Amino acid sequence: MSQTHLKVKIGPLELKNPVLAASGTFGYGQEYADLIDLNLLGGIVIKGLSIKPMSGNPPPRIVETPCGMLNSIGLANVGLEAFLKEKLPWLRKLNTAVIVNIYGHSTDEYGAVSAGLRGIEGISAIEVNISCPNVETGGMAFGTDPDVAAKVTEEVLKNTDKPVIVKLSPNVTDITAVAKAVEKAGAHGLSLINTLTGMAIDIDTRSPRLANISGGLSGPAIRPVALYMVREVVKVVRIPVIGIGGIINYQDALEFLIAGARAVQVGTANFVNPRATLDIVEGLRKYCEDRKIASIDEIIGSLKGNTQPGE
Amino acid sequence: MIDRETKIIFNRAVAPDTFLMGLWSREIVAGARPGQFVMIKAGLSADPLLRRPFSICAIQGNDVFCILYRVVGRGTKILSRVTEGNRLSVLGPLGRGFDFPKADQKPFIVAGGIGIAPLIFLAQAINSDNLTFMAGYRHKDEIVAMEKFSLSGMEINIATDDGTAGHHGPVTELLEARLDGPDEDRRVVFACGPLPMLERVADLTNDSCIPCQVSLETTMACGLGACLGCAVKAASKETDVYYHVCKDGPVFDVKTLYWGAR
Repeated sequence: MSQTHLKVKIGPLELKNPVLAASGTFGYGQEYADLIDLNLLGGIVIKGLSIKPMSGNPPPRIVETPCGMLNSIGLANVGLEAFLKEKLPWLRKLNTAVIVNIYGHSTDEYGAVSAGLRGIEGISAIEVNISCPNVETGGMAFGTDPDVAAKVTEEVLKNTDKPVIVKLSPNVTDITAVAKAVEKAGAHGLSLINTLTGMAIDIDTRSPRLANISGGLSGPAIRPVALYMVREVVKVVRIPVIGIGGIINYQDALEFLIAGARAVQVGTANFVNPRATLDIVEGLRKYCEDRKIASIDEIIGSLKGNTQPGE
Repeated sequence: MIDRETKIIFNRAVAPDTFLMGLWSREIVAGARPGQFVMIKAGLSADPLLRRPFSICAIQGNDVFCILYRVVGRGTKILSRVTEGNRLSVLGPLGRGFDFPKADQKPFIVAGGIGIAPLIFLAQAINSDNLTFMAGYRHKDEIVAMEKFSLSGMEINIATDDGTAGHHGPVTELLEARLDGPDEDRRVVFACGPLPMLERVADLTNDSCIPCQVSLETTMACGLGACLGCAVKAASKETDVYYHVCKDGPVFDVKTLYWGAR
């Protein structure tokens, strides 16, 4: 029996399958290399990269919540120079897409990181983080205003030779407004959602469980919210959308693909099951084969009853 | 390091709310060093979601490793109810273990409460009559009997906060009493327990210039150095330098960590 085609395209970026490891949950890939064959992944999205190394927020940084977790890591990362010198040479040997998630504390810094990655071999695309809830400046501040989000996107595009995916925040009144602005600015794709801002309190000490007070909620708890936002965005943009939010198995991934996501990212599930990404790839393949579906393209956007009264 | 469905050989209460679980894994037994840990998923559902980290507490023969745990929340409650013959998803061995004492050194092991877990494995591995083991508990009922761990003829001292067994007072007082006198420069300390206890051990060993390794416990998500959730502050002239307990630890040289303004 011929194998189902799992290949998908995110603008100019070709992926061997639609399953990516999400930024911040997979380190620099090497952390998982002893446990899974990274070459079987659609791609890896690297931990958010900034110009200078960042040490992150004070602990405690994580707390478990019902069907999920809050984190306030604070975008700790090795910085551009160390990434190029110490992490990228190893990543280059992989036969999978390497997408570098970037962020800055100003529009200029976004441009500077992008410029630092320009012309560098072994980087398949850039994912622009305008949606991290855990740093005071940068991150989400750029993702809540459509005009600012568009400016950051333009700045990155001006400074890069790579496909640009912009990662959107769900912490907005209307995610479609930001999505449309970013598309208009020229982005090749969108990924959503980043974490939802939340908090947890220790009732014995009456203090926040995170040192940063609030953090980003991830895990299955946010999946229905993410799925809805993906569908809303897919309806209003033409560029490809990557679905993210609480995906832990292939059934979850299928929901996003059916809703119209061209690919998915798996995040928190990597912590629970280091094989989660590969299990999902296998699950998608089997689902298609069992139903004699020749290409995953047939699944993408196949949601029935795709219009509501009034739409 | 492996990630496997691992068979439970036994899971029994050894003190109120304290359980010893034996798991069958030749690969983990072969690879484990004292101080290392495993990540275990409690139950199959998404709630609780994350794996829980447990120090490897002992090994039995070539096939069985043990974890010793106290029921403190939903995850450990679920674990306490799983029965022999069932399987749990186990990831490990993980992290950096203890550096062993040199042959001419005099090791002191200082345990606070359930912090005894990695230290039992360490004591097994050191396997010397020269070792002094100090274990502190709140109350005598919490005492974990050491006989079951086939330890050699080492000296074992108990302290309880309420005086119901052994020394009446914190276990660090037992340590303090042994830090003066001859052979000072041969002493070496290994500790695990609640943070206030470790702070006191840090002070005592620092004042006496005695080498000391501590094993830390934190909340963790991945155990692999990917999430960076298990940060602890480093003793560094620069501010905001962090180590990650899962990868840089859980065992640290006490001098490399920040113990608050002192």
